[in-house]
Amino acid sequence: MNLTLQVWRQKNKDDRGGFVTYEAKDISPDMSFLEMLDVVSEELQKRGEEPIAFDHDCREGICGMCSLVINGIPHGSERATTTCQLHMRKFKDGDTITIEPWRARAFPVVRDLVVDRSAFDRIIQAGGFVSVATGGAPEANSLPVPKKDADKAFEAAACIGCGACVAACKNASAMLFVAAKVSHLALLPQGKAESAERVKNMVEQMDKEGFGNCTNQSECEAACPKEIPVDFIALMNREFLKATLKA
Amino acid sequence: MKLESKAPSGPIETRWERHKFEMKLVNPANKRKFTVLVVGSGLAGASAAASLAELGYNVECFCFQDSPRRAHSIAAQGGINAAKNYRNDGDSIYRLFYDTVKGGDFRARESNVYRLAQLSVNIIDQCVAQGVPFAREYGGLLDTRSFGGTQVSRTFYARGQTGQQLLLGAYQALEKNIASGGVKMHPRTEMLDVVVIDGQARGIVTRDLVTGEVKSWAGHAVVLATGGYGNVFYLSTNAKGSNVTATWRAYKKGAAFANPCYTQIHPTCIPVSGDHQSKLTLMSESLRNDGRVWVPKNPGDKRSPKDIPEGERDYYLERRYPSFGNLVPRDVASRNAKTVCEEGKGVGPGGLGVYLDFSDAIKRLGKNVVAERYGNLFEMYERITDENPYEVPMRIYPAIHYTMGGLWVDYNLMSNVPGLHVLGEANFSDHGANRLGASALMQGLADGYFVIPYTIGHYFASSKIAPVTTDHPEFKKAEEDVKAQTKKLLSVKGKRTVDSFHKELGHVMWDDVGMARSEKSLKRAIEKIPQIREEFWKNVNVPGEDANLNVALEKAGRVADFLEFGELLALDALTRNESCGGHFREEFQTEEGEAQRDDQNYCHAAAWEYKGANAKPELHKEALAFEYVKPAQRSYK
Amino acid sequence: MEAVASVQNHWLLRTWKSSIGAKAVMAVTGLALFGFVVMHMLGNLQVFLGQEHINRYGHFLKNAPEILWPARLGLLAFVGLHILSAFRLSLENQAARPVQYAHQATIQASVASRYMLLSGMVLLAFIAYHLAHFTLGMTHPEHFHLVDAQGRHDIYSMVILGFQNVWVSGFYILAMLCLGMHLSHGVSSLFQSLGLNSAKYRPTLQLGSRAFAALIVIGNCSMPIAVLTGCLKLPAGVTP
Ligand SMILES: Cc1cc2nc3c(=O)[nH]c(=O)nc-3n(C[C@H](O)[C@H](O)[C@H](O)COP(=O)(O)OP(=O)(O)OC[C@H]3O[C@@H](n4cnc5c(N)ncnc54)[C@H](O)[C@@H]3O)c2cc1C
Ligand code: HEM
Ligand code: HEM
Ligand code: SF4
Ligand code: F3S
Ligand code: FES
Repeated sequence: MNLTLQVWRQKNKDDRGGFVTYEAKDISPDMSFLEMLDVVSEELQKRGEEPIAFDHDCREGICGMCSLVINGIPHGSERATTTCQLHMRKFKDGDTITIEPWRARAFPVVRDLVVDRSAFDRIIQAGGFVSVATGGAPEANSLPVPKKDADKAFEAAACIGCGACVAACKNASAMLFVAAKVSHLALLPQGKAESAERVKNMVEQMDKEGFGNCTNQSECEAACPKEIPVDFIALMNREFLKATLKA
Repeated sequence: MKLESKAPSGPIETRWERHKFEMKLVNPANKRKFTVLVVGSGLAGASAAASLAELGYNVECFCFQDSPRRAHSIAAQGGINAAKNYRNDGDSIYRLFYDTVKGGDFRARESNVYRLAQLSVNIIDQCVAQGVPFAREYGGLLDTRSFGGTQVSRTFYARGQTGQQLLLGAYQALEKNIASGGVKMHPRTEMLDVVVIDGQARGIVTRDLVTGEVKSWAGHAVVLATGGYGNVFYLSTNAKGSNVTATWRAYKKGAAFANPCYTQIHPTCIPVSGDHQSKLTLMSESLRNDGRVWVPKNPGDKRSPKDIPEGERDYYLERRYPSFGNLVPRDVASRNAKTVCEEGKGVGPGGLGVYLDFSDAIKRLGKNVVAERYGNLFEMYERITDENPYEVPMRIYPAIHYTMGGLWVDYNLMSNVPGLHVLGEANFSDHGANRLGASALMQGLADGYFVIPYTIGHYFASSKIAPVTTDHPEFKKAEEDVKAQTKKLLSVKGKRTVDSFHKELGHVMWDDVGMARSEKSLKRAIEKIPQIREEFWKNVNVPGEDANLNVALEKAGRVADFLEFGELLALDALTRNESCGGHFREEFQTEEGEAQRDDQNYCHAAAWEYKGANAKPELHKEALAFEYVKPAQRSYK
Repeated sequence: MEAVASVQNHWLLRTWKSSIGAKAVMAVTGLALFGFVVMHMLGNLQVFLGQEHINRYGHFLKNAPEILWPARLGLLAFVGLHILSAFRLSLENQAARPVQYAHQATIQASVASRYMLLSGMVLLAFIAYHLAHFTLGMTHPEHFHLVDAQGRHDIYSMVILGFQNVWVSGFYILAMLCLGMHLSHGVSSLFQSLGLNSAKYRPTLQLGSRAFAALIVIGNCSMPIAVLTGCLKLPAGVTP
C-alpha cells in the first residue's frame, strides 16, 4: 500500500522544526510501523538525505524507547500496543499519517522525533527505589507477600517508562508514570518503610520538572501501552495526602 | 599472552569462600579515591555500578540508550534460575552447577560455574528486598517453575517480564546511587575505545550521541558490561542497538576474545515475514510444553494446515526423539526445524517456518486453560502476524538469541588486560558452549552484585596504579582515532546505506555461520566478509554531520565493527573441529545427528588475540579440566 | 529571615504548592460547593410548595445571621480558593505543553473533563449575575423590593418574575447545563483527587457522579421551565 506521511523534522533542540511530507510506497501490511519508517529512511538516504531520527531499541514493546505520536495519539490508536508493535495492516492504502514527537515542556525535542525523557530518571532518583544495599537482604521467603498484593504491585511495575501518558495527557502530566512507581513500591512490604518520604519526594521532583497537573481525564491510561489504570493515581494521591497529614 | 584463569583449587564448595578471604581489601577511607568506569547499564552493568558505589567507589556509568532502564536485559521474558530448593524437589547448588556444566557441553570453567550456582541464591534475596514483584503462591511465598527442560523447578519469574523487573530493580538501585552522588550516569553516550596505559586499562573514549562530542574518561579500572553480539546476524532477538563495538574495540587494544563461535539459537521465534524484517521476536519456550511441532509430510504442500490430514503430517520431533518429543533442547529443536525446511517442507512465507499446533492442547485442556497459560503470548503472536493461534497453528522458526562467546576473563572477571573487567553477556561467560534457559539473568546479576565488588577491590589493593589524566598522549591518540573513523565514515559518500551492508553481512552469517556450519560454508564466509567490508568502506553513504544526533553514523560505526568481528566468529568456528552446544559443525555429528564433541582436542576455551588489521589473530587456549562433572555425550533419544 | 524560611517550609504551604496538594484543595472546596448547590436546590425547590413555604424559608435564613454569615464567608472562601487553584493549575497545565499537537485527537477523556475551566468560568459569570439578580437586587430592583402579605421579602414572586423573562431563564438553563457538566466530571474527580477511588469503586463513582449532576440539572432547570410553561404562576395581586 501507499501512504502519505507528515513527519515532524527538527535539526536539534534549538531549531524551530516543521512538518515534511513523504510518500511511503509499496508498504507491506506485515511491516511494523517502525519498519515502515525504516523503508522511508532508506529511501531518504539513497537520495543523500538524512534518515528520520526516532528512538527505538527492543522493538518488542518492553524497553519503552519508541515514542511516536501517530495521528494525535501516542503509540497510535491500537490499544495496549507500543509504536514498535503497531503493524501497518491497521492502516489503509492512501492514508495520510501525521507523526509527531512527544510534546511536553519536560520532554524537550532532541532531534526530529527524539525527545529527552531524563526527567523520568530524575523522578526515580528522588525516591523510586527501596534502600537496600547489595548484600543486606534477608532470606527471600522470610517475608511472605499476599499473592493479591504481589499481583497488584506487578500490574503497576509493568510500566515501561515510555512517557506516552505524558504525551497523551492534555495537561502533559506525569501522574500515571509516577503513580505506577509509587504504587508498585507502596503495595509491597519491602517498600513500606520509605513510602511516606518516597511519595513526597517523587511528587516534588515531578512538579519541579515542569509536568502539568492531573485533572483526572484518564487519557493517559488509554494511551498507556501497558494499560496501567488511573486507579494507581488515586492510590498515589492517598499515599501523598496520608504522608502529608501524618504527624 | 598468558591466560591465567586464577581459578582456585581445593574442594569446589569452598573455593569462592577461600578466594574471598584471600583477596586483598581496600581501606574504606580510600575507596572514593578509586574511579571505576562502568560501560553498560544492563543487569550486569547496573548491578555493578550500584554495588560499587555503595562500597564507596567513584563510579561513572555509560549507556547508549536514553536511560539506563532501557538496556537490552529488559527484554528477557522467561525467568531466572536459583538453587533455592523451595520445592523440595531435589534441587541444590550442586545440581545447578552440574546442570550448567552439562548444558554447556563441558566447555565452561568448573570453578566459575560453581560460584555462579552458589550466588544464585543471594540474587533472589537481593531482588526480593528491592521490591521485584516475583510471582507468588497463594501462601505468599515465591513461586517457581521448571524451564528449558530441567527436571527441577528452580526458575523464578515475574509473569513474562522477568528481565524487565530484575532490571528495574537494578536500575532503581543505580538511580539511588546517582542521587547520592556515588554514580554519575552518562546516557546516550557510546564507548568507542579503551585506553591502555603501561599495560593497564585506564580509561575509555566516548562519543556523545546527541552532540557528537568525543571525550576521554580516566579511571582506575574499566568494567565492560555491554551485552552480546547476536546482531552480527542482522536478524536476531536482540535489541536493535545491541552491538559488539565495545568488546571489539577492547579486543583491538589487546583483550582476548574467547569462543566467538558459541552462539545460541532459540527455536520458538516468529518467522521472518519479508525483506523489511528488522528484528525477530522470541516467544517463550514454554509454548513447547503444550504445542506440537509439525510440518507437512510432502515437500511443497501449500494447503492450509486445516486441510492437511493427520496422516500427512510429520510430527518430526516426536518421531525422532520419542522420549523428549517436543521438549528437546533448544539447539536440537532448532536444527531439526532447519533440516525439515531445507527438505522443502517449511511453511509460511519463504518456506522458513514450522507449525506449533495447539489444537490437541485445546481439545485436551480446553481453550480457557490454554488461554490462561499462553494468552499473552498468543496475543503477541496475533498482533505481529494477524493470525489467531487458537484457530490456526502458530508458525515458528529459530533465531539467534544469545552469544556465549565474549571477552576472555579470569576467575576475577578480569580480562588479560589488567584493570579491564568484563561482566554479563559480554564476557565469555560461565555457560560454556550453550546456555541453559534462565541462566543469563542469573549470571549478569551474580557478576554485578556479588563478584565484581570483591574482585575489583583486590585488583586495586594488589596493583600499582599510577595517577593518569586524560591529557596523557594515549588518550589523545585514542580520541584522534575515534574522530578519524567518524570522519572517514562521513566522507565515503557512496551509494549504499548502512543497513544494506548489515543485511548483507547478516545473510552470510546466517547461511554460512548459522545453525549448522561446515568447513566449506565457513571458508566461504571468510572469503565473503572481507569483500563486504571492503565495499562498505568504499561505497557506504552516511549522510549528515558529526556534531549532531546522527542515527546513520551510530549504526555505521557498529556495522563496521560487525564486519570485522564476523570474520573472527567464522574463523573460530572453522578452527573448532567439533560440534558442541551452540556450535554445530555438520562434519561432526553422531549417526543420530547429535553434536559430537572432541574432548581430546577441543576441551579448551579458544581465546583470540588481535595481531593487527591485516594479520591473522593468534589463538590461545585455556585448557578446561573437569574434576567434578565428567564429560559425557548428550542424548535425548 | 528564619521566620520567612519556616513559613516557606511550613507543611501547609508546601502541600499547597505541590500539584497533588492543590488538587486536594480543589476537591475539598469543590465538595463544599457541591454540598451548597444541593442544599440550595432543595431549599429553592420549595417554590413548588407555594409562596408561603419559600418565603418563610428565606425569612428564616435572613434572620439567622449566626448561620447566614459564617455560611456566606465560608462559601466565599471556598469559591475563592477553588477559583484560585483552578487558575493556578490551569496556567501550569498550559505551560506544560508549549507546543501543541498539529493533529489533535482524544481517546477517552470526556468532554466535561476537558472543559472544566470553561464550564467553571460560565459558572463564575452565572454566580455574579445571580447574586446581582436575587441577592443584591441590582438587575431587576423592581422585583426585589416586593414583600408578601406577612411583610416578608417575596422571594416567590421575585423568582417567578425573574424567570418570566425568556433571556434570563435561558441563561439560567445554560448555566445549569454547565453546572451539570462541571459536576458530572467534578464529583467523581474529587474522590479520585482525594485518593478515595479504586478499581472496585470506580464504575459506581462515575455513574453516581453523572446521576447527581443530572439530578441537579433537572432540579434547578425545573424552576425556570415551570415558570416559562406557566406551571408556576404569580400569586394574586402581583403583576408583571
Ligand atoms: C528476547 C530475549 C529473551 C531473553 N530471556 C531470557 C530469560 O528468560 N532468562 C535469561 O536468563 N536470559 C534471557 N535472555 C538473555 C539475557 O537477557 C541477556 O543475556 C542479559 O540480559 C544480558 O545482560 P547484560 O547486562 O550483559 O547486557 P545488556 O542488558 O545487553 O546491556 C548492555 C548495556 O551496555 C550498553 N552498551 C552496549 N554497547 C555500548 C557501547 N558501545 N557504549 C556504551 N554503552 C554500551 C547498553 O546501553 C546497555 O546498557 C534473553 C534475551 C533475549 C534477547
Ligand atoms: C458552584 C460552583 C462550583 C462547583 C460546585 C464546583 C465543583 C467542582 C468540583 C467538585 C470539582 C472537582 C475537584 C477535583 O477534581 O478534585 C471542580 C473542579 C474544577 N472546577 Fe469547579 N466548581 C464550581 C465552580 C467553579 C468555578 C467558578 C470555576 C472557575 C472559574 C471552576 C473551575 C474548576 C476547575 C478548573 C476544576 C478542575 C477540574 C479538575 O481538576 O478536575 N469551578 N469543581
Ligand atoms: C434555578 C436555580 C436557582 C434558583 C431559583 C436560585 C434562587 C436563589 C435565590 C432566590 C436566592 C436569594 C435568596 C435570598 O436572598 O434570600 C439565591 C441566592 C444565592 N444563590 Fe441561587 N438559585 C439558583 C441556582 C443557584 C446556583 C446553581 C448557584 C451556585 C452556583 C447559586 C448560588 C447562590 C448564591 C451564592 C446565593 C447567595 C446566598 C446568600 O445570600 O448568601 N444559586 N438563589
Ligand atoms: S504509565 Fe504507561 S504510558 Fe506512562 S510511562 Fe508507564 S508504560 Fe508508558
Ligand atoms: S490524562 Fe492527565 S489529567 Fe490525569 S488522569 Fe491522566 S494524568
Ligand atoms: S522499541 Fe522498545 S518498546 Fe518499542
